[in-house]
Amino acid sequence: MKLLQSTVLFNIEASSRYKHMAIYAPEVIDECIAGQFFYLKCSNHISPLLRRPMSIYKIVKEKDEVHFLYLIKGEGTKSLSQMQAGEKLDIFGPLGNGFILKKEWKNLLIIARGVGLATMAPLIDLATKQGKTTYAILSARSKEDILSANYMKECGAQVILVTDEDGNSDMVYVRKLIESMIDSKSIDALFTCGSKRLTNLLKNISLQYKIPGQVALEENMGCGLGMCFCCVKPFQRAGKIINLRVCSEGPIFQLEEVMEI
Amino acid sequence: MSEIDMEVSIGGVLMKNPVMPASGTFAEEAAQIFDLNVLGALVTKSVTRYPRMGNIGPRIAETTAGMINAVGIQSKGSQSMLNTSIPFYQQYNSPLIISISADTADEFIDLAQELSVPGVAALEINISCPNLEDDGRSYAMDPAQTFRVVDYIKKKTKIPLFAKLTPNTNAITEVAIAAEAAGADAVVVANTMLSMAIDVESRKPKIGNIMGGLSGPCIKPIILRMVYQVYKKVGIPIIGCGGICSAEDAIEYMMAGASAVQVGTYNFVNPIGMVDIIQGMKEHAIRHKISSLNDIVGSVCVIGPEDIDEVATY
Ligand SMILES: Cc1cc2nc3c(=O)[nH]c(=O)nc-3n(C[C@H](O)[C@H](O)[C@H](O)COP(=O)(O)OP(=O)(O)OC[C@H]3O[C@@H](n4cnc5c(N)ncnc54)[C@H](O)[C@@H]3O)c2cc1C
Ligand SMILES: Cc1cc2nc3c(=O)[nH]c(=O)nc-3n(C[C@H](O)[C@H](O)[C@H](O)COP(=O)(O)O)c2cc1C
Ligand code: FES
Repeated sequence: MKLLQSTVLFNIEASSRYKHMAIYAPEVIDECIAGQFFYLKCSNHISPLLRRPMSIYKIVKEKDEVHFLYLIKGEGTKSLSQMQAGEKLDIFGPLGNGFILKKEWKNLLIIARGVGLATMAPLIDLATKQGKTTYAILSARSKEDILSANYMKECGAQVILVTDEDGNSDMVYVRKLIESMIDSKSIDALFTCGSKRLTNLLKNISLQYKIPGQVALEENMGCGLGMCFCCVKPFQRAGKIINLRVCSEGPIFQLEEVMEI
Repeated sequence: MSEIDMEVSIGGVLMKNPVMPASGTFAEEAAQIFDLNVLGALVTKSVTRYPRMGNIGPRIAETTAGMINAVGIQSKGSQSMLNTSIPFYQQYNSPLIISISADTADEFIDLAQELSVPGVAALEINISCPNLEDDGRSYAMDPAQTFRVVDYIKKKTKIPLFAKLTPNTNAITEVAIAAEAAGADAVVVANTMLSMAIDVESRKPKIGNIMGGLSGPCIKPIILRMVYQVYKKVGIPIIGCGGICSAEDAIEYMMAGASAVQVGTYNFVNPIGMVDIIQGMKEHAIRHKISSLNDIVGSVCVIGPEDIDEVATY
């Protein structure tokens, strides 16, 4: 993990609400693991003051590129969206722990919604490179918002899209879909990010089918480094409730430890 | 002029420069990004005697030029401080200041005695945390309560004590005078300001605890004024703390009367911010031909009647 000035290579529209940014960061490229994040200084002004956490969306080792896919939400991401190619971006990272892929796992099921797709893309890439098969159920408001579906397919995932627009993203339908995949594809592990409802659903399925799972969580941050305890969330472990820091003990957590949210 | 004397002595603790972290914004992890030996002192997050869970989230919300936090003193307890943190910080030569927090005066004494061990240079008593129970009230809101608790701890311990005051009082000068009278070796001015923010879409408070402490650049002019007021009334050193984001900010605090400064929120914005601030202060001293930083303490040039600043100007 390093604090440095990287160079923006491009920062382009991915859809009306999302942007795709690539930075040149040879100093940290070898440390980057799917699931980790960078803490970005989105502006040099006093406001927005704090950095903004962004998951790694793509790691292009041979070109020393790290990519982000982000939703323009408030002041911080708006100012990030105005950055031009060639400008310097102050980055701090990579931070947190990445996904853990066990050797014996062959078939992975990934369920992501909204900005959660950004976090899942490098996981698919990594799993494919390790010779695993990935199935991805991608959920969004509309087809336009499922930006990374093509990239995930390129990375080797078998992709199923569900959208609010098409009316097939509700929990009942998605549950059936997941259960049928578990039955037919002998899924070894589950992964999710981006939706509380999907996380709750997947936790139940994980416990019921005794399939391990991991989830990438978000929380407002202060230091990003484990020092301030601002990003803490409660988890269940061995019958007790414990507080864990999303920035340093996460952002990837075991599904079975997540509390119903 | 090449060598600038950056050294300061605060309540018997010698520091190589006047810059240290503010409690709660610094921990062992900082050693991964810079050499902690550059700091004037190391200040821990407030520790309680027994482990505490802290508040429910969200614990942090950004506001205009600042942030609100309600971490609620999540603490691993004093045993973990003794077993892990103190030995860790002993690798560094910067003096270690442990911030302690308690709900009762007796608990403060137990903690102070337990933590008066080799390797600990001073204790900062957090009598100002606005997040604990009692609707945000704290000892340091009241001069008599401040005297009682500081006097009580001082009588039973030998280690230097820094009292951390709250800006959430209309009697900060009286509170500082009370702390000095009770034997505090320095005062830290100040902790966060009690505050609130609401998400207008959901109508929910942005902080799980509803209220929290405001910190960052937005509070700087207010805390700076408090340092100035306190400096005129007390003789013990003042550690200025509130919104410092640059060497200029730190120097401004020293000119108002602070002998040293603490940097909090800015550590989140710039993880090596304190290193930059120390360097910038050195450059300022060179530019202004100041040989010792001690010379600028309280050096603000106030022209006109001595007490004009006490007159309401609004
Ligand atoms: C580990 C991690 C990885 C993330 N990865 C991505 C990603 O790849 N793509 C993406 O679009 N978004 C991602 N997010 C969410 C992103 O950080 C927020 O959308 C962003 O901080 C919002 O900032 P803003 O100023 O635009 O919005 P505002 O709503 O104005 O933000 C105000 C404050 O709330 C905080 N905040 C608001 N929403 C979130 C949130 N969801 N998580 C954490 N803090 C928040 C901000 O940091 C800021 O302090 C991630 C969050 C975390 C914690
Ligand atoms: C996240 C956070 C946690 C804090 N925790 C403590 C604490 O445990 N004890 C304490 O005395 N002050 C605590 N503070 C207050 C700071 O030490 C400091 O007094 C305050 O933030 C003002 O300085 P700043 O504007 O430079 O941040 C905390 C502040 C923040 C932002
Ligand atoms: S953001 Fe400071 S501990 Fe996680």
